[in-house]
Amino acid sequence: MCKTWKSPGGIFSVITLFLVSGAVFADYALNLPEPVSPLTGQIYDLHMLTTRIAFYIMVAVIGIVVYAMFKFRKSKGYEADQNMHRNMFGVWGWILVPVIVLGIDMSIAGSASSTLAQVEDYSDADVTVKVTGSQWKWTYEYMDDGVKVVSNLKKLEPTDELYLRDVDNPLVLPVGKRVRFLHTATDVLHAWWVPEIVYKKDSIPGYINETWTRITKEGTYRGQCAENCGTGHAYMPIVVEAVSEEKYNDWIHGQKLAMAKASAEASSDKVWSRDELVARGEKVYTTNCVACHQASGEGIPNVFPALKGGKIATGPVADHLNIVINGKSGTAMAAWKAQLNDLEIAAVITYERNAWGNNTGEVVQPADVKAAK
Amino acid sequence: MSTAEMAHEADHHGPPKGWKRWVFSTNHKDIGTMYLIFALVMLFLGGAMAMVIRAELYMPGLQIVDPDTYNNLVTNHALIMVFGLVMPAAAGMANWMIPMMIGAPDMALPRLNNLSFWLLPAAGTMLVLSMLIGFIPGTGQQVNTGWTLYPPLSIQAGMGMDMLIFTIHLLGISSILASINIVTTILNMRAPGMTLMKMPLFVWAWLFTGLLLIVIMPVLAGGVTMLLFDRHFGTAFFDAAGGGDPVLFQHLFWFFGHPEVYVLLLPSIGVLGLIIPTFSRKPLFGYKPLVWFMGILFALGLVVWAHHQYTVGMSLGAVTYFMIGTILISIPVGLMIFNFIFTMWRGSLTFETPMLFAIAIILMFSFAGVTGVMLAVVPADLQYHDTYFVVAHFHYALVPGAVFGLYAGVFYWLPKWTGHMYDEKLGKIFFWWTTIAFNITFFPQHFSGLAGMPRRIVDYSIQFTEFNVVSSLGAFAFGLSHLLFLYIIIKTIRGGKEATNKPWEGAQVGTPGLEWDLSSPPPFHSFTTPPAIK
Repeated sequence: MCKTWKSPGGIFSVITLFLVSGAVFADYALNLPEPVSPLTGQIYDLHMLTTRIAFYIMVAVIGIVVYAMFKFRKSKGYEADQNMHRNMFGVWGWILVPVIVLGIDMSIAGSASSTLAQVEDYSDADVTVKVTGSQWKWTYEYMDDGVKVVSNLKKLEPTDELYLRDVDNPLVLPVGKRVRFLHTATDVLHAWWVPEIVYKKDSIPGYINETWTRITKEGTYRGQCAENCGTGHAYMPIVVEAVSEEKYNDWIHGQKLAMAKASAEASSDKVWSRDELVARGEKVYTTNCVACHQASGEGIPNVFPALKGGKIATGPVADHLNIVINGKSGTAMAAWKAQLNDLEIAAVITYERNAWGNNTGEVVQPADVKAAK
Repeated sequence: MSTAEMAHEADHHGPPKGWKRWVFSTNHKDIGTMYLIFALVMLFLGGAMAMVIRAELYMPGLQIVDPDTYNNLVTNHALIMVFGLVMPAAAGMANWMIPMMIGAPDMALPRLNNLSFWLLPAAGTMLVLSMLIGFIPGTGQQVNTGWTLYPPLSIQAGMGMDMLIFTIHLLGISSILASINIVTTILNMRAPGMTLMKMPLFVWAWLFTGLLLIVIMPVLAGGVTMLLFDRHFGTAFFDAAGGGDPVLFQHLFWFFGHPEVYVLLLPSIGVLGLIIPTFSRKPLFGYKPLVWFMGILFALGLVVWAHHQYTVGMSLGAVTYFMIGTILISIPVGLMIFNFIFTMWRGSLTFETPMLFAIAIILMFSFAGVTGVMLAVVPADLQYHDTYFVVAHFHYALVPGAVFGLYAGVFYWLPKWTGHMYDEKLGKIFFWWTTIAFNITFFPQHFSGLAGMPRRIVDYSIQFTEFNVVSSLGAFAFGLSHLLFLYIIIKTIRGGKEATNKPWEGAQVGTPGLEWDLSSPPPFHSFTTPPAIK
């Protein structure tokens, strides 16, 4: 009993040591990652300021409490001062705290206000990317170039360095340019967050939120969805490749060519063979559908319906077309008519009706999709 | 009924026998006991869920539960701890202690008291069923939203969500009725001479808590009812496609949710306001400012809700207002810490279990306070938001601030309730075990949060492994320590050293302390004639 005072002091000095080491070993993922844009840099400084204030306040509070526990113990014969609350300090001492705390509060708010004004600065950007969250993937649209990228989790083993941190198609951005992100969502709330380059604002269906950055260093930056979006919330990583301006322009050019080719194919009147459609459909399926319906087509029991042997994929073609084109309200099944072109929809339906032993042998042509729309 | 008649009745009518004593009870002590037992059951239920959560997070990869079950557990863990553990335990203590503290014969509305308790077991059962029902095929998706129930995700969920909505209605009715009862008791049932400014701090704390609950619970009930209508009756309050607004729900929820934090904290602060003077043998430092500042906390708490949703895209003016309002809360909270520390200052300290808890709470709650100010700063919060930093912060606020405060109260009042002293040595072991394990569990989460680990994820990338392993090991130790807690309570109820009327030497220093004039345990009906106030 007589040694008890030592232990709380002990515990809390360990904790403060943790805090100090947090500042020292920033490389070991104890702290916010090193910022690579001016704005996240300012936020980092603000974070370090409040952390320091927090640290000093804790040192003061722990110091006073431990001193009191040591000094004013009954076992050492200390008698309580029954009149302390009646003397000058006892009557007015409480006023100290509001004054000191108000001072600290105002200085924190003051240093936050300029950063906040920067966060809310919506001036023109060089590159504008619309970031759309859906269950459970990100779609990036370069608004000025008409380029669209769908980014999905790359499946890796839990032992891999990049487990849950890697995607098939990263977002490519130029360094040194002001980039504006427009955040929205198609189904539920999501939040796009890459701590090094940009803070988060929620992606909300029906809303467009805006954030911006100017990346200062080339490299690969990773983040993940921060707002609970249901079953696949842990499986929505974000990868940003920051490259030089020339590389970025080349990449955009390449994407544009690929997209032009794809849309030319989609709008041609060509009648596709079943094998061609199945091959294309598998790609579309892997990009857009696996998160819920799984690569095996078995879905997740009680959550996502199975396509393998399921009513939709083996039943009438019209129903299948309808659900893929218009989605099913009140569920995670999205309406794909705006997201996929006619060829892609035709291909994925053909794939689903012929894969996993669903050997219906049926072929859906882009023209059928057009008619169903 | 005249006083003489009441005294007569008290002489001849002890507690009824058997199950009727409990089911039909209108006695504040019996109902208080039932509240406390209910809270204890819920503590173990919610704790078991936390153990599953931490076991799943022990390593990267899916080991024990699937993603929906995981977030279903997260949702239920939070709701059980908030509505099943802390609020009923605090209400149980209010039931037991407030009539005795203010010299009243019982609660003002004893039958209402019975109703507000017996709604709880029903609500608690429904709460657990809302989690289990998702496992029955054909009931749709599990409730995987987290306790905030944000639409549109909560629109997607299956039948469990409907059950949860009605559970929240029941819980809301229960706590509104309990609050009306407590506020009425405090305002109308005080013994002559027990002025408001003589009331023990615990009574003041509960007055503000009760008023807060009456203000906020209807807002939550309204919000979840709108959710119910969106789900089943074709409205579009929260559906942007129908002209509604998903963010509206967040405002309604947090208008309830933020003051709810003070609902959880204030009773425990009230308990500390009794324990610290007792074991410092010195009156509470700055009683009047503390009462006033609790009032300020009450008022400020109602107008800063949107700091939970800085990221939804509010205007610059709005976020600035909510930021300043939020960091101003550090003033009343800082004052509480200061006054508690200066109650100890130049006192004559001893370190029984309740006092150990009180001191640990001062330190750990201060820590939650400073991380709270960090989170209040908008640009920084845009980085912290929805990460484990937030998880660590609110567990530091609510576990020491609310739960440990209630443990301190249990140890402080167990001798009064049972007539037996608890085992001081075991009490101290429990304190050290649980406090150290708590810190091992939640301190590393600050780091994993800063490093970028989001909340409510069932699986994480390997860079977060070390901190999660530490956290999980701490959590298992934290969970185990509660078996000792249970053992101490049962042991104390069954026997032990007899407790005197006033087992704590300093219990009446600077406060009337009427409860300590009664025997331990107190008679079935405490004050049949109003006691004299010193």
